[in-house]
Amino acid sequence: MLLLCLIFVMLGLILGFAAQYLKVQGDPIAEQIDALLPQTQCGQCQFPGCKPYAQAIAQGEADINQCPPGGEQTINALASLLGMESKPLNTEFGTIKTPAIAFIIEQDCIGCVKCIPPCPVDAILGAAKQMHTVITSECTGCELCIAPCPVNCIIMLPRENKPSEWQWPAAHD
Amino acid sequence: MTKLAHFHGGLAITADKCTSPIIDSSLPGELIYPLLQRSNNYALPIVKLGERVLKGQMIASANSLFSAPIHAASSGTVKAIEPRIIAHPSNLADDCIIIETDGLDAALSAIPCFDYQQKTPENLRTKIHQAGIVGLGGAAFPTATKLSTEQDIHTLIINAAECEPYISCDASLIRQKAEGIIQGALILQYILQAKHCIIAVEENMPEANQALLQAINTHSIQLISVPAIYPTGGEKQLIQVLTGTKIPAKCLPTEHGFICQNVGTAYAVYQAIIQGLALTERIITVTGKGIKQPQNIRTRIGTPIKHLIAQSGGYNKKVQRLIMGGSMMGIALSSDEIAVTKATNCILAMTSDQQENKPAEMPCIRCGDCSAVCPVELLPQQLYWYGRSGQLGQCQDYQLFSCIECGCCDVVCPSHIPLVQQFRVTKGEIITKEKQAVQSNLAKTRFQNQQQRRAREEQEQLAKAEKRKAIIEKMKAASLAKKKSL
Amino acid sequence: MQFPTTSSPFTPASNTVNRVMLQVLIALLPAIGIMFWLFGNTLLIQLLLACSTALLAESCILWLRKKPIRMHLLDLSALVSAVLLALAIPTVAPWWISVSGTLFAIIIAKHLYGGLGYNPFNPAMAGYVFLLISFPQQMTAWQLPFDVISSATVLDHTKTQLGLDFSLDKIRTSPLFGYAAGKGWEYLSLAYLLGGLWLLQRKVISWHIPVAVLLGLTIPALTAYLIDSSRFTSPLFQLFSGATFCGAFFIATDPVTAATSNKGRLIFGALLGSLIYIIRTWGGYPDAIAFAVLLANLAAPSIDYYLRPKRT
Repeated sequence: MLLLCLIFVMLGLILGFAAQYLKVQGDPIAEQIDALLPQTQCGQCQFPGCKPYAQAIAQGEADINQCPPGGEQTINALASLLGMESKPLNTEFGTIKTPAIAFIIEQDCIGCVKCIPPCPVDAILGAAKQMHTVITSECTGCELCIAPCPVNCIIMLPRENKPSEWQWPAAHD
Repeated sequence: MTKLAHFHGGLAITADKCTSPIIDSSLPGELIYPLLQRSNNYALPIVKLGERVLKGQMIASANSLFSAPIHAASSGTVKAIEPRIIAHPSNLADDCIIIETDGLDAALSAIPCFDYQQKTPENLRTKIHQAGIVGLGGAAFPTATKLSTEQDIHTLIINAAECEPYISCDASLIRQKAEGIIQGALILQYILQAKHCIIAVEENMPEANQALLQAINTHSIQLISVPAIYPTGGEKQLIQVLTGTKIPAKCLPTEHGFICQNVGTAYAVYQAIIQGLALTERIITVTGKGIKQPQNIRTRIGTPIKHLIAQSGGYNKKVQRLIMGGSMMGIALSSDEIAVTKATNCILAMTSDQQENKPAEMPCIRCGDCSAVCPVELLPQQLYWYGRSGQLGQCQDYQLFSCIECGCCDVVCPSHIPLVQQFRVTKGEIITKEKQAVQSNLAKTRFQNQQQRRAREEQEQLAKAEKRKAIIEKMKAASLAKKKSL
Repeated sequence: MQFPTTSSPFTPASNTVNRVMLQVLIALLPAIGIMFWLFGNTLLIQLLLACSTALLAESCILWLRKKPIRMHLLDLSALVSAVLLALAIPTVAPWWISVSGTLFAIIIAKHLYGGLGYNPFNPAMAGYVFLLISFPQQMTAWQLPFDVISSATVLDHTKTQLGLDFSLDKIRTSPLFGYAAGKGWEYLSLAYLLGGLWLLQRKVISWHIPVAVLLGLTIPALTAYLIDSSRFTSPLFQLFSGATFCGAFFIATDPVTAATSNKGRLIFGALLGSLIYIIRTWGGYPDAIAFAVLLANLAAPSIDYYLRPKRT
């Protein structure tokens, strides 16, 4: 009896040490979740970026269906990673849109630099009183630049359907 | 008699070859040249709208190792540079140079060169590049790039093993131009400094075999007849049959000292070097039950398909499908307004009774017939199951990207499962996923850099403010002290 | 002119599931003929019962699963399972034996797993094992060929006699025996062998599984026989008794439940063959084909996994 109690106490101490000294830095599950997110950094999930959203999911503070740019593919991947049931996108956070790129209508641009700070990936090139333009290869389509523009000269254009980017469609469902 | 090896699998399928002699195509009103080339590289137009061009004049230059210059196939004016539907499985539109022909067919003067052995291989490769020559077997890989390999090549194989049903352009070319082909083979052998040169024809091409035998008068070229099993014409399969060497999936034949060139490419090389002509025409087989008069036509590259169809008597009533290529690996085209390119070896019009009403797809019964015929020794069955269930990692483990999409597995499947389409879809999913991963990594890096930069700027602002504050305090203290002393 | 666009190839398919199954049914005709000669009309009744139950059950399930009934019925896979089951059970068994066995085979062993192509276990053998375990008495009472008396099979008889410590020379003298194995049964085995060889010649099945099964059975049998021929039956006896050839050519070769690569098939067959010998000699049941098949079916996915081509 005494021996058993001693063994249990020993095991308890070992577990305590392990919890303290073998602790993993950071939150590995949050990193894995972040790797599945599209990195648009648009904030539609109500978090300031993809990493904070990933951390919120890891801590159970956010649901997996709050990311419109990720769409169904991301929700399914998150569900698969976390061992949960997949669910449809929560439309309170936005709807699934066709991939698009921001485009500045240069005739209307007044060079006010108001659109440059909101862009999370520095995809707008410009300076005060100079023409602004979107670097199309860097634009993620997050639409954060549209609201700040005082002359509404930024529009979203759908991504071109080029043969070089075409892939075979599925034969059936 | 050389002892031939076998590659795994393959199918013996009926050939349905057209044996008509080559006729010349008439001049079309318009010539269309897509700028999109291999591996998503674009050629750069070097002509302007309204400019007059001559036959053989370069109208677009290559801007990478994977693209080749484009030359006008007849004289005329550059009518437009605009999107037109191109000969691509997507049947989407892309930028093309449109030339309106003027009927004169005026050509640039050609500079022949008979003593090519006085030139360096480097010089000849440049000429081949300038002539816009690409592989005419269907893959359209720039020939000069292929010949610039740094590997030591010991065997040049001229591929005349036209294994796909319906295609007979190579056979007809050999029957008429065997001398030129041999010259081209010798030029290629000289450029590569290859010890051996083999020309491979299929057993069901006896006339071509005969024509080549008569033309070969040097012993350095060997003529070998290979069994007519599809897909013997595939590079790696042909090398295995001729020499027994099996090239591993991830390697190129050049890494083992082999180079394959299509027999049409060899002839184009002859025309470019000896006759000084750029690549502006090729033989195309226009055939199928949907065509009234199947024939082999010497076609100007850029000719719209409907022009060739008209020259072949037009369609039969039951025509249902238009294919660029053969019946095993061809591309289904949406319209005959599309123009032929350097990669077009055959235009096939199939009728409804020939092909349509494919039986409905049944579940896979795991019979293994597909793996028995796969020339690359893959397991199509496993690739199908993993592709269907989205296990993309497993697909890559089972060598999905080694699949040459020959269609053997698809044809033997008793459950009529569209295997080739499934593999193409899965390959597309993997490529898209990788592209998206690259994109999102880039976005993440830029975002993180931005955060760090802003944090740094904020720190610098704070530091500056502190410094300014300190200076102001100092000045205040100094002036106070001064006042006191006065 | 506009045209439809789909993926290559554009060549008509050369084979159909229907054709494969039809050839299997044709190859079973000699065996059906011999069975009829041995046992008379009762065989035809069993066949009729099994086949009609199979088709009816499959139609109902397909209707419940909202799948096209005609297309799937016409692939003849249900019929093949039914015929194999009907040939395996005693011809004098009551009607509810073949009906319940077939229902189990089609509904539970085949459709509950997803239908054709998705079942991990051979449906006919699963049905047979279900019957053997649930109704052992009805499943072991065979009508003696050419006779009206009901008795055990020669395998069953041999096993019980060996258990009673009789030597094989003594057992061999029983009137049940013919040239190599059971009287009358040998001809049945020969009929299965002929049918199997025809399937091989038509390239409906490949040689790997039958050869591996037969070798997997013969080699242990020969070894044991050479060691002690009074306690261990001869390889010839093993090959011509029970459902050996039926199992090797018709049951083990079911593509859905066997291994897929050729190397895998050899291992699968060898495993099956040796299991047949082990269960027959030391196991609790006289004939072992059904159990050996189900156990080998269990092993098939692992065999495929370990023999998958490695990434080069």
